[in-house]
Amino acid sequence: MAAIEQDSESFSLGQLWSDKRYRAVVTQILVIAGVFLFLSFIITNAIENLEALGKTFGFEFLEAPASYDINQALIPYNSRDTHLRAAVVGLLNTALVAFCGCVLATILGFILGVLRLSTNFLINRLVYCYIEFVRNVPVLLQILLWHGVIVTSLDVPRNAYSPVADVFLTNRGFYVPRPVFEPGFVFVAITFVAAVAGMVIFRRWAKKNQEATGQIFPVFSIGVAAIIGLPVIAFFVAGMPMSLDAPALEGFNFQGGMVLRPEFTALWLALSLYTAAFIAEIVRSGIQSVSHGQTEAAYALGVKPNWTMRLIIIPQALRVIVPPLTSQYLNLTKNSSLAIAIGYMDITATLGGITLNQTGKEMECMILLLMVYLTISLLISAFMNWYNKRIALVER
Amino acid sequence: MTDTATQPRSYEPGNHPDLPPPLLTSGPLAWVKHNLFGSPLNIALTVISLYLLYLIVPGLLNWAIFDAVINAGSREECKAIAAGACWALPAIRFDQFLYGFYPDHLHWRINLTAVLFFLALLPVLWDNAPFRKQWLIYSCIFPVIAFFLVVGGLGMEEVETTKIGGFALNVIIGVTGIVASLPLGILLALGRRSQMPIVRTLCVMFIEFIRGVPLITLLFVASTMLNYFLPPGTTFDLILRVLIMVTLFSSAYIAEVVRGGLQAIPKGQLEAADAMGLRYWQSMRLIVLPQALKISIPGIVNTFVGLFKDTTLVVIIGLTDVLGVGRASLSDSKWQGLPEEVYVFTAILFFVCCFSMARYSTYLEKKLHTGHKR
Repeated sequence: MAAIEQDSESFSLGQLWSDKRYRAVVTQILVIAGVFLFLSFIITNAIENLEALGKTFGFEFLEAPASYDINQALIPYNSRDTHLRAAVVGLLNTALVAFCGCVLATILGFILGVLRLSTNFLINRLVYCYIEFVRNVPVLLQILLWHGVIVTSLDVPRNAYSPVADVFLTNRGFYVPRPVFEPGFVFVAITFVAAVAGMVIFRRWAKKNQEATGQIFPVFSIGVAAIIGLPVIAFFVAGMPMSLDAPALEGFNFQGGMVLRPEFTALWLALSLYTAAFIAEIVRSGIQSVSHGQTEAAYALGVKPNWTMRLIIIPQALRVIVPPLTSQYLNLTKNSSLAIAIGYMDITATLGGITLNQTGKEMECMILLLMVYLTISLLISAFMNWYNKRIALVER
Repeated sequence: MTDTATQPRSYEPGNHPDLPPPLLTSGPLAWVKHNLFGSPLNIALTVISLYLLYLIVPGLLNWAIFDAVINAGSREECKAIAAGACWALPAIRFDQFLYGFYPDHLHWRINLTAVLFFLALLPVLWDNAPFRKQWLIYSCIFPVIAFFLVVGGLGMEEVETTKIGGFALNVIIGVTGIVASLPLGILLALGRRSQMPIVRTLCVMFIEFIRGVPLITLLFVASTMLNYFLPPGTTFDLILRVLIMVTLFSSAYIAEVVRGGLQAIPKGQLEAADAMGLRYWQSMRLIVLPQALKISIPGIVNTFVGLFKDTTLVVIIGLTDVLGVGRASLSDSKWQGLPEEVYVFTAILFFVCCFSMARYSTYLEKKLHTGHKR
């Protein structure tokens, strides 16, 4: 400030507020001062309060044994492991349900969105009713409802309901066969990777070739055939190196197979169905945002209908769809923290729930938890921004 | 296209009989043909949806209405009478679902608050209301009236805030959150578009932080951590702490909605205001904000719907909102095992409120959308 005051000869104190040039500086200094005062106020309060309670601030508690069990762990975990490992197990569970949820919600959302645009009156109305009902009911309620339905309405394993052979729906979870891979399966996996890599190269070559000669190859159908077909052939050539381990009833519960716990299933279904309704609306408005003139122009040029869809409509619709889609993925990930209401052990339930209550380190746990969610959100936005930039309109 | 093939190539002189009118271009049959059986895909979709309807509708109607029981004393009684839904539980506890543990003889105060609230809302939504200005003054003092009506005081019987619950609590948190967050959100939006780098950075940091974390973690902060940040010895009502957090939370979302509105205002408006010699706040108050807020009303209503649904999260930190009442009634030994009934009943409550608000916001969008339509 002193520098500015010396510069201007006819400077009066009132100018600090009335002159536009100085006012911006003064306001910002005041804002900074206010923020620092506020921060120092709450930090001194926090220090005093922690001292009064005889607590210290530090993250050593993460190294102490957690001594609680987690019923679904993607990495080996037992109650003698540390709080840090429990938090990581929780984080992986969050990531698992968020990833599965995003995938299912996207698939369902796109299908529903396209059906919503169908000229078929019945399906159109059905989808509309579904979307409106699901969108306007709190997601926590839906999670609790699904959990309630699975736990109280399905039967005990002994009387399990089996819609398809070897799949059992019980109140202790959904039992499905587990694939068992034998060593020969590596061969199939390698074929698959090779097919994908080959198709990427083929696609580049086909595009260059098309630009040079105008010749078009059916890249998509060849690609699908190669990526699915080659591994299947490899599977049979290698002598079918995979078997299914079906669940079987032994005593009071099923043995073998793979189990989707009621908590996971309820959370996954509820989150996906809820988000799918929002994605459907996004897809619908995205496709509708492409002016009908575009379709008509493409037809006038003699472009076939499904090419019109692929080359004209979808690329333009995606531009409208992707930004709100990002926020739906973020919402789904954030909503997965509601897991705590039904006892799914995600990061909120481990780090922000049991660890917090056991160690009494509210401050540290909450800071860590907030940081974790912030990081996840920033990562998702960064990825989707990158994707958005790729499909954005390239203006010359 | 196919018609041209059957038509004669050239006109032949002579008398021609009148052609019959084209079949099926209008009327119910044509509608059915076009909308349900137009193409093979269409027929398939019709069959699938008819099958779905056949699966869902009779079962649902039987469960919810024809086989349902509304007068019973316990779950066993219900199941003895009929196999369908047991609405007796929400029926018996209807008052609790709406008002929580608010004293029975004071329910009229909540009802009165609700009526007054609609009266306060009316001039805000209705542009051509008679005496709108005077009416708006009432809208401004309504929060004070509502506070005293709900909590008591001023000679009325006082009610502990822990007794407030049920659907009323959801409405109170939702409405307070959105009303209190509007001014804060507008300030944040203006700050985010400000020329001053420090103000802008602070606003961006605040907005992105709040939008990056789930509401439930912020509620945890409210319930476990907020007391640490206050001078030693001060204790705070839990509902008040929740209200503060919900307000901060929704202000970040409102800020983004308002920012969208601000961006839609052409730069010329602000330049014209500058040219007229208006100061920053004058031009914002008189020129920019009235236009920007008007086009962000649908977004604000949508944010409100989202916030209103999110108020159910308070059950996780131990408040007895409508879900809390539902969960408590499920653990009653007489009524165990009825989650569908309780949650479906609650879902209908929310659906009616949220759906009507969503319809209102679409109506507004249509009214405000003056651009080209297809």
